[in-house]
Amino acid sequence: MTVKENFFKGFIKENPLFVTVLGTCPALAITTKFENSIGMGIAVFFVLVLSNLLVSLVTVNPKIRAMVMPVRIPVYIVLIATLVVIVEMVMEAFLQPLYVTLGVFIPLIVVNCIIFGRAEAYAGDHKPLESVVDGAGMALGYTLAIMIISFFRELLGSGTLTIWGDLQINLRGVFTFIGITPINMFVQPVGGFFVFGFIMAVIAAIENAKQNKKATEVNK
Amino acid sequence: MSELIAIAFTAFFIENVLLTQFLGICSFIGVGKKRSSSLGMGLAVVVVIILASILTWSIYNYVMLPLEIGYMRTIVFILVIAALVQIMEILIKRFSPALYKALGIYLPLITTNCAVLGVALINVNNGYNFPQMLVYSTFIPLGYLFVMYIFAIIREKIELAPVPKAFKGIPIAMIVAAILAILFSRFGGVI
Repeated sequence: MTVKENFFKGFIKENPLFVTVLGTCPALAITTKFENSIGMGIAVFFVLVLSNLLVSLVTVNPKIRAMVMPVRIPVYIVLIATLVVIVEMVMEAFLQPLYVTLGVFIPLIVVNCIIFGRAEAYAGDHKPLESVVDGAGMALGYTLAIMIISFFRELLGSGTLTIWGDLQINLRGVFTFIGITPINMFVQPVGGFFVFGFIMAVIAAIENAKQNKKATEVNK
Repeated sequence: MSELIAIAFTAFFIENVLLTQFLGICSFIGVGKKRSSSLGMGLAVVVVIILASILTWSIYNYVMLPLEIGYMRTIVFILVIAALVQIMEILIKRFSPALYKALGIYLPLITTNCAVLGVALINVNNGYNFPQMLVYSTFIPLGYLFVMYIFAIIREKIELAPVPKAFKGIPIAMIVAAILAILFSRFGGVI
């Protein structure tokens, strides 16, 4: 696998949220605003890249590997939790409003299955550099996925798009012009399940169409 | 007393852990396919959350606050939960093979269930005292069990229903969860 393939596999082919369905809790909970998903993406990126790096550094040396492997789960948990505490402290100091909105979901990155899943499935038996590329790709793929969800939720739910802080695109005028009002339901918990379900269905429909096309080609 | 009832009601219905707080969704999707497994997972979660909350709350208030290391809570809590789950697994295996058969396979999954760490963190973030903490962390997992069971019943029926091909599996489960969430969001006006 080339570096490029390794990096981009997290975007579509092995997207952590839509294909392997990991890390769904924050993806549904914090996606009420576009800005939140960017913030969450940055946090996950930092934690995932560094945790992949640290895990592969710990397991790359055969001697240390033999010591770590039997107790790898507690070792990984401590590594990941340390990184998450760093993120939590930095966010509290420099990004106070985001820290308040994301709330309990920042410490909960510890138990986000993506981080642990990548450590166990990839970083544990690959070289440090490869693991960093994999972590970066996976984190960006996850960020992209939650950005898509929050795009629909914020747009349909409140008629705005908050990019970052005060930078906000207000589309309420367009809504009134067409003669519809924002549907408040989408920024409530209901909307999370709804949007996620529909996006998954669209992806499944595309997959089905692809398979049908392949099947008809084979039949010819 | 009325305050405790309010906390219990809020934890069970209004702030239902699955449908409004979105904690433990992974297990909800994965395990909530069958009634028996949803019951097993739900009961395991109830036991683990109650024990883990008592432990983490006590450690936070009697050890970490006097030492002024409250900022270490994430690391300490996850280690306590992982150790607790591990010890529980060993004990149940040793003393009750029947119970182990029923709950055993769900126990390792619980360490990474965000509901456990989430409830432990919410307990200390909200500054609950001991009875409040106990009520909150009993009714949150009971709400989890309740919704998970309802969800499993619906999903068993949906297996037999003619669902559009693209919606099979997770998408239709999400739509079902959305409809349940609409129902539960109506409880918000009660208190």
